[in-house]
Amino acid sequence: MFWIPGNDSCEVEAGLAEDLLLDVRDLRVEFPTLRGVVHALQGVTFQLKRRETLGLAGETGCGKSVTALAVLRLISPPGRISQGRILFEGRDLLAASEAEMRELRGSQISMILQEPKMSLNPVIRVGAQVAETLLVHEKTLSRRAAAERAVEMLAALGIPDPQRTAQRYSHELSGGMAQRVMIAMMLVTRPKLLIADEPTSALDVTIQAQILELMKALKREIHTALLLITHDLGVMAETCDRVAVMYAGTVVEQGPVKTVLKRPQHPYTQGLLRTIPNDATPDQPLFSIRGTVPSLLQPPTGCAFAPRCERAMAECTQAVPPQYRLEADHQVACFLHRGRDSKHPQISQITQIGPKSSGL
Amino acid sequence: MRGYLLRRLVTLTITIAGIMVMTFFTSLVVPLDPLAALAGPQAPPETVERLRTLYGFDQPLYVQFGRYVARLARGDLGVSFQTSRPVLQDIVTYFPATLELATFAILVGIGVGIPLGVLSAVYKNRAIDHFCRILSLIGVSTPVFWLGLVLMLVFYFKLGWLPEPGRLDIMLLEPARVTGVLLIDSAIARDLEVFADALKHLVLPASVLGLVGVASISRITRSSMLEVLSQEYVKTARIKGLSEFPVIVRHALRNALVPTVTVVGLTYGLLLEGSVLTETIFSWPGLGRYMANAFLTLDLNTIVGGTMFVALTFCLVNLLVDLAYAFLNPKITYTES
Amino acid sequence: MSTAPAPTLDLTEARRRRAEARWRYLRDTYVLWRRNRLMLLGTAIILGLLLVAALAPLLATANPYEQILGDRLLPPSAKHFFGTDGLGRDIFSRVVYGARVTLTIALLVAAISTPLGMLIGIVAGYLGGAVDEIMMRLADVFLAFPRLILAIAFAAALGPGVENAILAIAIAQWPSYARLARAETLNVKNNDYIQAMRVLGAGKMRIMAGHIAPMCLSSIIVRMSLDMGTIILTAAGLGFLGLGAQPPMPEWGLMVADGRQFLVDQWWVSTLPGLAILVIVMGFNLLGDGIRDVLDPRQRQL
Repeated sequence: MFWIPGNDSCEVEAGLAEDLLLDVRDLRVEFPTLRGVVHALQGVTFQLKRRETLGLAGETGCGKSVTALAVLRLISPPGRISQGRILFEGRDLLAASEAEMRELRGSQISMILQEPKMSLNPVIRVGAQVAETLLVHEKTLSRRAAAERAVEMLAALGIPDPQRTAQRYSHELSGGMAQRVMIAMMLVTRPKLLIADEPTSALDVTIQAQILELMKALKREIHTALLLITHDLGVMAETCDRVAVMYAGTVVEQGPVKTVLKRPQHPYTQGLLRTIPNDATPDQPLFSIRGTVPSLLQPPTGCAFAPRCERAMAECTQAVPPQYRLEADHQVACFLHRGRDSKHPQISQITQIGPKSSGL
Repeated sequence: MRGYLLRRLVTLTITIAGIMVMTFFTSLVVPLDPLAALAGPQAPPETVERLRTLYGFDQPLYVQFGRYVARLARGDLGVSFQTSRPVLQDIVTYFPATLELATFAILVGIGVGIPLGVLSAVYKNRAIDHFCRILSLIGVSTPVFWLGLVLMLVFYFKLGWLPEPGRLDIMLLEPARVTGVLLIDSAIARDLEVFADALKHLVLPASVLGLVGVASISRITRSSMLEVLSQEYVKTARIKGLSEFPVIVRHALRNALVPTVTVVGLTYGLLLEGSVLTETIFSWPGLGRYMANAFLTLDLNTIVGGTMFVALTFCLVNLLVDLAYAFLNPKITYTES
Repeated sequence: MSTAPAPTLDLTEARRRRAEARWRYLRDTYVLWRRNRLMLLGTAIILGLLLVAALAPLLATANPYEQILGDRLLPPSAKHFFGTDGLGRDIFSRVVYGARVTLTIALLVAAISTPLGMLIGIVAGYLGGAVDEIMMRLADVFLAFPRLILAIAFAAALGPGVENAILAIAIAQWPSYARLARAETLNVKNNDYIQAMRVLGAGKMRIMAGHIAPMCLSSIIVRMSLDMGTIILTAAGLGFLGLGAQPPMPEWGLMVADGRQFLVDQWWVSTLPGLAILVIVMGFNLLGDGIRDVLDPRQRQL
């Protein structure tokens, strides 16, 4: 168990700095429960550039949603963010006051949730809910003006007869409609960052495609960056520019989507991609990564994937691998690639301290 | 909405019919012969028989029931054995006092109970939550008649802060009867002294009754709020950047109040029950005390008529509550199950 | 290229896992029970009640029925912990014996109304149709009256006395259990597993009694424990009004009524028995709340 010193001041390449909208470093979140402390996030590091779509992929329970909530500082007590930095446009969100965060929420950073019909207030008409976001953040706006803009937004999202729809309640809408309303509600203030937590998982496949197209179109128009959380690799391939793969509370690999999907470097990503049924070899038994996801109550020391990794080495169980930078913009947290970060040997190493339970 | 209303009215009619049947048959089950009680222990059997014929108790059952229903239609509930006045008249005389008491109690219940419940939920497990929970626990566990006695002992007999049991000071004259509700009548008559005195007399009994209301309303508000606060749309409201107050009041409370409304209806029932006991203790000339006496003296007509009246009022309140619930909760008007 | 070994279907392993899950459930229940201090208090109070009722002859300091007219209305003292009442009887002993009365009433009411309500509710819910309509209309009629008033009406009709009071309260209680059982039955009726039983040829009785009834049980138990307090309050109310227990039975409500005439100067005659009612009802309410919290699956998660 050793601590690898790093040089975080020149964390990012020079050109990248201005483009960088969201810079998350070594984010750790814990939830105290009856049975002990659940380490939901054990050092999450990733970057998101302006107007870029970053996919946050991983299995259920790997910490994707927690990451999103942490960015918005909406982790409800007794859960807490125990360590890390979240830089939004250079500003450390973890140091901001609650009032400052409220300013950001809804106007600069928004989030849409998975179940659209449950995420809308059942006793308030949907048009009013969309207008509410405007009224909270643009104090000089009159109610009527806000209502009109809300209707415009609903129209922009392809909702037929937006005037009447605005008068409806959430349970009167279909899933797809409700999700459009949610998106309208969250984009009406033109935020710089939109987080989408499994936005299409609750919808049927045809509607899924429509919603994704819609989001892409809007993104282009409003110049929003999108952090798309999903477990669906297909959706990711279609929609994202870059991808960050999460496993057991850490990011194991991140890079341009084509690179990661075609030439995955982390054993977990590789295993994940192998599980996709392949038309070329229809008779082969389906592959699954052996073993199971580790318990977040007692996280293993060292790399979280090591127990299941076919290429684990001795040091994998002793230290947590930092993210090594491979070619442009492709990072892997795996000791197999130590020494491969040729271009910027000093810059690449991002400090990661393993779980405190192991004691130092 | 209209369909729902119609359906409820139909159910109500059936229920009322059932109530009538039940009260009628209950009166037949009474083992003690009220006529014998009326005639007195010395009366010879012929007198009892004559009374029986007089009151029509010798007719076959269905005839009696038919006559019963016919009388009801005319508004004739019979004559009270106690007061020798028509039962209906007695009810009209005494009901406003109970109404006054119950209304005040509900206002206390809502005015204190809902804020306490909300605070309790928002500051869950902190000092105010514990205080509220203990208070509502005690409120729900206290025998109403005992509390009335204890409070009367403390505040009237020992401390003298509050006036004697009853509605009005003996020395004061009741204002001209318009509604029967003292506060309203004295306001109409511009009699400030009576108004103030009536108010003072209301404090103790209304508080006793109200405590039960506070307890149950704050409990339901708390649990309803807790449920609502864990819903996704509350998270959405926070994501939008709303500060806590609008999140709690505009988004959470509006949803949480919906089940609270039904509890208000239930509380009304509790109040009707409680009024029987409270009025007895505080010598409050209302329906509750009237009924309590009727039960004890086996005043048949009063028991039957009064119970039915209470049941009908209860039904009506429940209907109103259901309508309010349907109004508040847009889902109900569409999905009927 | 090697693939991971296929998982084997191991019965002993499956059984072991189930047993382990059950053990964990029980352990969590115990942990929750211990953590919830209020529920512990409730349990303590009720256990206290049971003990007092059981050991009444040992705990009482005097004969609860014995009237010593020379010792009327004595204040609380070392000899008479709670003082004496209008007929010279030791109030403490009467309160102690009153625990037996209260407990008996509560248990009998529960024993009558719960099975009755469950029977009607499950049958109505499962069979549906006309049976359901009739039963539910009947329940509605009963529920149209506030419970105490209904109990008073029946008690008045049946005549004064503890037995009639018990019957009266039970009659007023069954509709709520029936409603609850019916709601649960409707929920469960179309579960795949009930359908499977039908396909396997199980008869209606067997399904209702053997399968549906157990599934209703937990919410009925919760409701029953929450209702205990109300039952006791109703019984005390009936006693107070003179419609329930009759003198000289040491029923707490009756004792409060007896003391009413002495309220101003001899406050203990009414106050102390009423306090007993308060404590016991509080105990049942705490216990009921605790049972509900523990049985509620959501609470278990944290």
